[in-house]
Amino acid sequence: MNTHEEGVVLRAERITKRYSGVKALDSVSFDLRRGEIHALLGENGAGKSTLIKSISGSVRPDEGEIFIDGKSVGALTPTTAASHGVGTVFQEMSLVKHLSIAENIYLAREQRRGGLLNKGSMLAGARDALDRVGMTIDPRTKVGGLSRAQMQLVEIARVLHWDSAILILDEPTASLSLGESRKLFELLHGLRDRGIGIIYISHRLAEIKEMADRVTVLRDGQKIGTIPVEGVTDDTLVEMMSGRTLEKLYPRIDANPGKVRLRVDGLSNGLLKDVSFEVRAGEIVGLAGLVGSGKSEIGRACFGLEALDSGTVEIDGKTVAKPNPKKAMRHGMIYYPADRHVEGLVTTATLRDNITLPSIALGSTARAGIVNRKAGTALTNRVVEALSVKPADPGRQILGFSGGNQQKALLARSFARNFPVHVFDEPTVGIDIGAKADVYNHMNRLCEEGAAVVLISSDTEEILGMSHRIYAVREGQVVADLRGDDVTEENVVRAFFGSREVSVTSGEMNRDA
Amino acid sequence: MTLDMDTRSAESAGTAGTNSNPAKESGGARFVAGLLRVGLLPVLLVAGLAYFSLMSDNFFQERNATNIGRQLSFLLIVTMAQMLVLLTAEIDMSVGFTIALTSVVSSKMMVDHGVLVGILAGLAVGLVIGLINGVIVARFRVPSFIVTIGMGSIAFGLALQISSGSPISGLPESFTSALGNSNLGIVPVSLLIALGVFAVLYLVLNWTTLGRYFYAVGGGENAARLVGVPVFRTKVLAFVLCSVLTSLAGILLTARVSSGEPNLGGDLLIMSIAAAVLGGTSFFGGEGRLGLVAVGALFLVVLNNGMNLIRVSSYTQGIVLGVLLVTAVVIDRLRSGAGAR
Repeated sequence: MNTHEEGVVLRAERITKRYSGVKALDSVSFDLRRGEIHALLGENGAGKSTLIKSISGSVRPDEGEIFIDGKSVGALTPTTAASHGVGTVFQEMSLVKHLSIAENIYLAREQRRGGLLNKGSMLAGARDALDRVGMTIDPRTKVGGLSRAQMQLVEIARVLHWDSAILILDEPTASLSLGESRKLFELLHGLRDRGIGIIYISHRLAEIKEMADRVTVLRDGQKIGTIPVEGVTDDTLVEMMSGRTLEKLYPRIDANPGKVRLRVDGLSNGLLKDVSFEVRAGEIVGLAGLVGSGKSEIGRACFGLEALDSGTVEIDGKTVAKPNPKKAMRHGMIYYPADRHVEGLVTTATLRDNITLPSIALGSTARAGIVNRKAGTALTNRVVEALSVKPADPGRQILGFSGGNQQKALLARSFARNFPVHVFDEPTVGIDIGAKADVYNHMNRLCEEGAAVVLISSDTEEILGMSHRIYAVREGQVVADLRGDDVTEENVVRAFFGSREVSVTSGEMNRDA
Repeated sequence: MTLDMDTRSAESAGTAGTNSNPAKESGGARFVAGLLRVGLLPVLLVAGLAYFSLMSDNFFQERNATNIGRQLSFLLIVTMAQMLVLLTAEIDMSVGFTIALTSVVSSKMMVDHGVLVGILAGLAVGLVIGLINGVIVARFRVPSFIVTIGMGSIAFGLALQISSGSPISGLPESFTSALGNSNLGIVPVSLLIALGVFAVLYLVLNWTTLGRYFYAVGGGENAARLVGVPVFRTKVLAFVLCSVLTSLAGILLTARVSSGEPNLGGDLLIMSIAAAVLGGTSFFGGEGRLGLVAVGALFLVVLNNGMNLIRVSSYTQGIVLGVLLVTAVVIDRLRSGAGAR
């Protein structure tokens, strides 16, 4: 079979990968041309990571074939993939923090002279490698002390240093600031112009439209299609990605603002600068911002998980002095943490235990230290039904559930008592669309019952789709308060960038002039 | 629409860093950690030397120096061996009983087949124990803590079985006097061997790929695997080197006590861990310097020797050692906790 096409540097043919019977990838074909940036787009769990892991050799596909420069390469390992010119920058940084930059660049490819390490030549080589990505840092610096952005550049430098013709980046901007992302894009465009093929995984539409040439959309392990990026609309991409239109994905209800339930005034600490905002009963308010903007810290600070230098948090008119989680809950605020596994759930326990633990701690299903099992079972059944947890098997260990159902177990604490204020921190990361809808419906229900709901999210579409009002956060400050017709993607993104034209184009006020 | 924008922050947006989460550790903890990283240990050592010189006339003597040197040689070898395993973020709890089994097996073989066969048999004990430890830990990814405790129990049982619980005597004079008692000037031969091991390991850790891999595997096993470091082989080698070196120490100890002892080496387990961690080897892998580890071993030997001279009971000595070990691990945690933030 002749698979060698003009300009195609890599071709994956009908790749299938099953994990314990479930198809993570279902006969997906993919090709990459020399000198293009090819974006891979899809929901979490769509198969993006499995596809690139198959190409970079860390996952062995069950079926299918991979061709590089037209030749079948057989079963790949990380080492053979690298020797075929596939360089991967993984999401979970593949650098050893205790080693220096130079040691990392040459790890497993050390240069030797007379059996001993040739440190001088490796140092010089590392300097060249850093130079190519525009870094001037001393290669003897330990990687552990670098910022995420610097680590990422070091990884790219390493990959390029080993003559990769194919560069794979897995959500590279996930932990970068805007400025750092911009620099990365410039670098990648430069590499593309030098003929390197780049596979770029992201779920940020704006980013893909800005920098990619073609995009392949995956959904539920299947390829939906490959299209040129030029001229494509968000609606098209979302529809390909989710199988639904934007309106259907986000079941927004009308706001019915009542009295102020949460008032935050002048929160400041090392990261936050004078953060003030308020949320009323019956509204969903979004805190929008890029990763690292401080929006998550605002929620955490209100709940007492971050120390405060100054500022007050008021719930239903009562000040929570020196907030800590217990106090915040007593005053009526509940916070749903972003990281299910680290802060949200007891991963070794069952669904039932995870659902009942918060209410035991709050005393609603326990008295005088004795657990009321009957009340716990009743609560569990209520949660399972209200959030449609699947499978409805309270005795099953929590890790045996899908991410979406784990998230529902985390949300179960809203049933522990009647909280007037709910703070959701990235509530839909890593969960499938069906579960997302359940989460959104739950938020809507709380809102309709008169609670104040805060939605903290890095997902701009989600924020826009669900919130009645939005506060945009950048560098620990609230930089925009968007209401009504001003709640648009354009305004939100401009606030992220801090671009001065916001006020000019919106035609209202221009404080920079 | 209201906009609260500040020109200064708009300009700095492009250069904003992401790791703006400052480590939340108290100034006191940082002081302690910093001090220990660079030089609390040498300070302790000098203090110990000064204190014991003042307290006992016998301490600062040529004969006692030879004594310290001999005690140091055993602990130094086992500590360096332990360090190799700790570097890969594992631990070897079987070193003490490895010494016991080595002593019994090498003595038995030596009595029947001569010195060379005895020594080789002793080293073979280490080779086998290390291979089993390493392969099980690396292949099945089970905690080395448990595997090596089990292996230690097996080794001890075997040692008791082979020796019927009593010392094996009748070792050749040439063996016991050459390795056990002879000095070069005031330097015991066993210490020269330990220093030779130090030199070789220094070269391996700092100037060979294997050394790099020890640090890489312990510092980030998955990262190392992704770039093609042979993780399995590296871990197995760490355990094998550890056990073989421990057996070497066992052979030297056997020569010193002139008999094959199933009860030999028991206290070397806790001492080797204490010395390695006191010397700045991280319990969490990837960090440790051979030179400092040697200083750690020297410190413990001086402490032990000095306390013996000023007649501190062995009960109290056990308490002191335990306090030191726990303190060192806590400081290690503070250090790596701060680094991980």
